[in-house]
Formats: sequence, C-alpha cells, structure tokens
Amino acid sequence: MERKNQNPIVNWIVKSKILGILFFVIIGAFAVFKLGTALFDNPSLFLQQVVNGLQLGFVYALIALGYTMIYGIIQLINFAHGDVFMVGAFTSFYAISRYNIHLWFQSLFPSVPVLLAQIIGTVTVMIFAMAVCALLAYTIERIAYKPLRTAPRISALITAIGISFFLEYFGALNFVFTPNYITFKRPFEVKSWFIGPSGFGTVESGIAPPSHSIIFSNIFLIIVLASILLLLVLQYIVKKTKIGKAMRAVAYDKPTARLMGINSDAIISITFALGAALAGAAGLLYAIAFPQVFFSMGITPGMKAFVAAVVGGIGSIPGAFIGALIMGQAETLSAAYISTPMRDAIAFSLLIIVLLIRPKGIMGETSSEKV
Amino acid sequence: MKKNVLLSIVVLLALALAACAPAAGTAAEAPAAADEAAPAADAAMEEGGTIKVANLSPLTGPVPTFGESTKNGFMMAVDEWNAKGGVLGKTIEPIVEDSQCTADPAVNAANKVIDQDGVHYIVGEVCSSASIPVSEVAEEKGVLMITPTSTNADVTLNLDGSTKSMVFRACFIDPFQGQVMAKFATDQGYTKAFVMSDQGNDYVRGLAEVFSEKFVEYGGEIVGSETYTGTDTDFSAILTKVADSGAEVLYLPDYYNVVNLVAAQAKEKGVTAVMMGADGWDSSDLDLAAADGGYYSNHYSPDDTRPVVVDWVTKYTETYGSTPDALATLAYDATNILLASIEKAGVDDAATVAETMSGISYEAVSGTVTFDAQHNPIKSAVVLQVKDGAIKFVASVAP
Repeated sequence: MERKNQNPIVNWIVKSKILGILFFVIIGAFAVFKLGTALFDNPSLFLQQVVNGLQLGFVYALIALGYTMIYGIIQLINFAHGDVFMVGAFTSFYAISRYNIHLWFQSLFPSVPVLLAQIIGTVTVMIFAMAVCALLAYTIERIAYKPLRTAPRISALITAIGISFFLEYFGALNFVFTPNYITFKRPFEVKSWFIGPSGFGTVESGIAPPSHSIIFSNIFLIIVLASILLLLVLQYIVKKTKIGKAMRAVAYDKPTARLMGINSDAIISITFALGAALAGAAGLLYAIAFPQVFFSMGITPGMKAFVAAVVGGIGSIPGAFIGALIMGQAETLSAAYISTPMRDAIAFSLLIIVLLIRPKGIMGETSSEKV
Repeated sequence: MKKNVLLSIVVLLALALAACAPAAGTAAEAPAAADEAAPAADAAMEEGGTIKVANLSPLTGPVPTFGESTKNGFMMAVDEWNAKGGVLGKTIEPIVEDSQCTADPAVNAANKVIDQDGVHYIVGEVCSSASIPVSEVAEEKGVLMITPTSTNADVTLNLDGSTKSMVFRACFIDPFQGQVMAKFATDQGYTKAFVMSDQGNDYVRGLAEVFSEKFVEYGGEIVGSETYTGTDTDFSAILTKVADSGAEVLYLPDYYNVVNLVAAQAKEKGVTAVMMGADGWDSSDLDLAAADGGYYSNHYSPDDTRPVVVDWVTKYTETYGSTPDALATLAYDATNILLASIEKAGVDDAATVAETMSGISYEAVSGTVTFDAQHNPIKSAVVLQVKDGAIKFVASVAP
C-alpha cells in the first residue's frame, strides 16, 4: 500500500526537489566563490591544480568504465572491481621489477630509438596487466557470478563483496603479494616540462622552474593519452563491432537477445573481461603516478571510481568518463583550496548532491542505450 | 528444548571454570614463590657475590628482531663490566626474560624477575605499550627501571603528570627530533620551511608541531603547512603548493612508506625544497633514489667518528657479525648508564641509585646523556643524509 502524503507543503518539498537544489546552490555558490578567488589570485597555480586533477580523473575514468559496463549489462555493482585494479597494479609491478618485461622489446631490437622502445615497453607491460586482469575477471565471473544469474540481485552483490575481500586478504598473504607497502619501479625515467609566460623548457632536478608556469610530466601525458586511446577503442568495440552490438542487445533485453541467437553468457563474460582489462591498465597507470603498491590499494580508488560512475550516470560510458573527470577535479581542488583531509568527504558529498537532483546521474536518462 | 538450553549452560559453566582454574592456581602460588625467593636473594647478597640485573626483551611476538638486538646490546654491556671486575666489586648476573612487546607477558616477566629472582634493576621493555605497565610495577615495587627505546612520554610519567621516581629511558622522546631538525635546518642556512603532517598520527603530528615552533624560534619562517590522511596516495595538490610557496625545506616526519610516495611525486612537480624527516625514515625499504638529498634525524649512526662509537661498532661486529642497529646501541647505553649509576651511588639500593642516575652525566654511544626532570635523556641526535643510494652521517646535533 502506498501511503499518500496529505500535507501539500511536504508534497511540494518532495516533488520540487527543493532541498537538493538549495543544497546545490549553496555549495555551488561557495565553490564558485572559492575557485574564482583562487583563479584570480594566482591563475598559474589554479591551472596547475587542474592539471593535477586531470591526471587523477583520467585514471578514475578507466576504473569507472568497468563499473558502468558491468552495471549496464547485468545490473550488478561489481565491488570486486577495485581489487581487480589492485591485481593489475601488482601484475605490472612483477612484470617490471621481476621479469623486466618493459625491456624485452629494447633487447630484441636495440637499434630502435630509446623513446620509442620505452613507449613500446610500457605498452607491453600494460597489455600484460590487461590480459591478466581480463583472465581473472573471466574466472571470477564464471565461478562466482554465473551460478547466481537467476538469483536475486542482492545475492550477486554480496558475492561481489565477498570476492573483493577474498582478493584483498588472499593478496595480503606472505606468499602472494605480502602485506607490505612496496615501492613501484617506474618503467621509464620521469621527466617534467614547464610552459608559461617565460616559455617552454625542461624542469631540471634541483632548479626551480620559473614562476607562473605550469608543470606537467611525461606521466601526465602517458595517463591522458592512454586513457583517451582506451576509451576510443572501447567506444569502437561497443558501437561498431558485432560483439558490441550483442552487448547492447543483451543490456537492452536479455531474453529477447537470447531468442535472436546471442550467447548472452559469453557476452557477459566478455564484458567482464573488457572492464577488467581497463582496470588492469588503470592499475599500471595509477602505480606509475603514485609509485607504491599494497594489497588494499584498490579500495579507495575503486570507491571513488564507483562514485564517478554513479555521478556520471551508471550504465553510460561517456557518463562514467565525465563523472571521473569531475571527481578528479573535485578532489584535487578541494585538497588545494579547502582542506586536504576533507578531500574525500567533499568528493563523496558530490554523490549526495547529484543523487538528490538527478538520481540517474548526469548522463543517466538521456542516453537510451546502456553499456 | 529447555533441557538442551540448561545442559548447554551447565557445559559452558564447566568450561569457564576449567579455564579459570589454572589461572587461579598460579595466582595462589605466586606469593608463596616470592616468600621463598626473598630470603634466597638476601642470602646471595650477604655473600657479596652478585648483583642481578634483568633485561626484558621481546624475543618472540611481533618484533623478535628488536628483542634480539636489545638482548645483544645488554649482554655486551654486562660482559664488559664483568670483564672489568663487575660493579661495586660484585659480579653482575644477567637475567633475560621474554616480554613479547605486549603488556601482559611483560608484566608477568617483570613480576617474575622481581619476586622470584629478587632483581632490583630492570633494563627494558622495548615497546612503549609494554613499558608503561612494567613501569607501574617497577614504581610500585621500588625497582629501578630504564627502558632503552620506549619513546612514549607516559613511560616515565604518572597519570597526574608527575615523574615516576624509579623509571628512566635512554632514548629521546619523539618531539625532541623535531627540535633537532629545526636546529639543523637553521644551521644549514635555510629560512623557509613547509611542513606536511598526517593529522591522524600522534608521532607525526607531534614532530611537526615542535619543528614548526622551534624553526620560528630559531629565526626561520614557516611558509606553509598542510595536513593529509594516512590513506592518501595523491599528494600532487600539496606538492604544487610547496613548489609555489618557495620553501627551501619540506619537513615530512612520517614513516618511510609515505616518504616514498611523496618523494617520488615531489620531483615530478618541480619541488626543489630539501626534504627532512625523522627516524620514521629509518628503514631498508626507504626509496633511496626518490628521497635522494633528504635528511633525517636518528638516534645514532654507525658512521659517527666519536671514539666511543667506533669502539662499540668494532666490538659488536666482531661478536655478532653485523653492524649494531639503534636498538642494540640503546640497550647497550641503557645498561651502561644503569651500571655506572650503581657504581657512582656506591650502594646496591635501587632508590639511591635512582637518585644518582637523575644527576648523572655519562658519555654513551648515542651521545652524552644527562636526564631532565621527566627522566628523559638530554643528548644529541644524529642527522643522516640520503645520498647516491646510501645513508651518510652528516652531523651530531645538540639542541
């Protein structure tokens, strides 16, 4: 029985979403004022923080894509996704520190220029991490989620939480990843450049770059380029290939898709593998940017990427991307201009605001197709 | 159904009783053992033969390497004194007990050495969480205790803030290192510092506060300070501010895992400030490449050139085949301070020795030690630098 609220004022408050809008307006005004003064006071510092936020946002985007794809196709919030990301980071760590996979190409073709060899080496490690993660996610899907396909959604959700804890604490064992914080060796030397009123140049260690210039590193470039490239590839797969068509069909209507001869179980497995591959790539990029790996490193980025997916509209690929960029900026700018310890609280309160005003997320309802 | 419940209650009660029984038994036996032990100890003293000194070390438990080093340092000091003819003409009889770095086993070990062995002097425990309860036992039973490495302020203080008359320590307490680094930075000619601290970590926060306060007192300027949380991995926003602030020094008194992350990101953000920290950096897992050029304070350095240090490092390496770490060194110092105080007091009486100790000045390996009103040593700390993939001794700094 639905209980009808007779009080017209309460009715109006609920219907007009006035609370959410008020909340949004107050916070928004505060943010605009804060950021406006920051931009006015020191434009180069502000832009530098935006660059920092972009770097973070692009990594979140890769993780968020996995959440959103899996939700789009089977309405499951895959809480183990953050831990697949952790496995990706550890795979990259072992690939680089133990097996020197990033040097294979260089030793095979010593005549290739160093820069190109380094890029190919990093890409080799990335492909390796993506493959391991895809395989892991495929296995998880087959073992833990497939038997629950017809069970209530909550069962699969709880299983996902179980898998998440399993990956973390199995990883923490001494003969797996150990419970230690391990320094990650970057597969290339870090280089930074500055660009600003005083021109363009390389940042030398120990010498302060000219003031009012913006500094960016090769890490920033790699993260942005790799993320955009992977997004385009994903968009191509989903929109232009037969598998992508099948994915969209399964997401739209599973029984009918099956009637049309689509092997929906296989398609779901492929979706998991694809999402996990992106998480694996994110694992490598994150470890390059913040060079430390440990067994619980997936929890916080996973959580934030999930929020990004919801903010952007869960189920929508461009939405996840936009949501992640917003999360990256919210976090970095609040760390820069409000308070560092509050950064997570502010980033997560974004989720509340968006849910109050647009429960489906920024891109949620507007796109008719999921995945 | 009801019967089952009753039955299970009975079973549970029986189990609980069974579990309690041995504990009750030992509690009853303990005083008896003490009664027997006391005359035995007195008899030994009348013979003029030995002075018993106990060492409580965590030989098992979470930090067995700490215990091993501490025991080695303690035994070396005792052996040296015995080779020189003991103290007050009596041989020193060392008693080593395992205290596991945990409150309960440490208190049991302390009660055992005091009541059963009749010990009046304890060197230990290593961990603050175990030293605090042991210090209460020592204070209550009038036994002199000196802990080599427990840095928590409460080890030597009563709840009301007064000093425990029978409890000392051989290491400096945490905030002291902040003062040392502020002095060192000022001496190097740096005048602008940026302070980063984890607000959820008392150790880090305490050091950061003292550093900020003293750096200003010595004539420097704090151009910025930022806090973060222990789970943060992205420090780009803070580091951008550091680069923008024009700071010459970045003080980051956190543990090595945070230092590794911050240092790796700092270079990328164009930060030129010299990084400085405290003994939390002291780990084989410190990323030497990323932290290159950084300084940190520590208790002692094996590279120090003072004769006492050279002597100690040589002897220890000969005996145990490895360079002594800070734990072994502080245990050696603590034992030496204790024995020197007994020698100086001239009597084997814990209260008199405690009084002598509070006024002693002793040249130990980790610096010349005198005690302040809280029984914390006033001594110099060493400053080390990460340079070209190694840790180098830079200076010994007295505040």
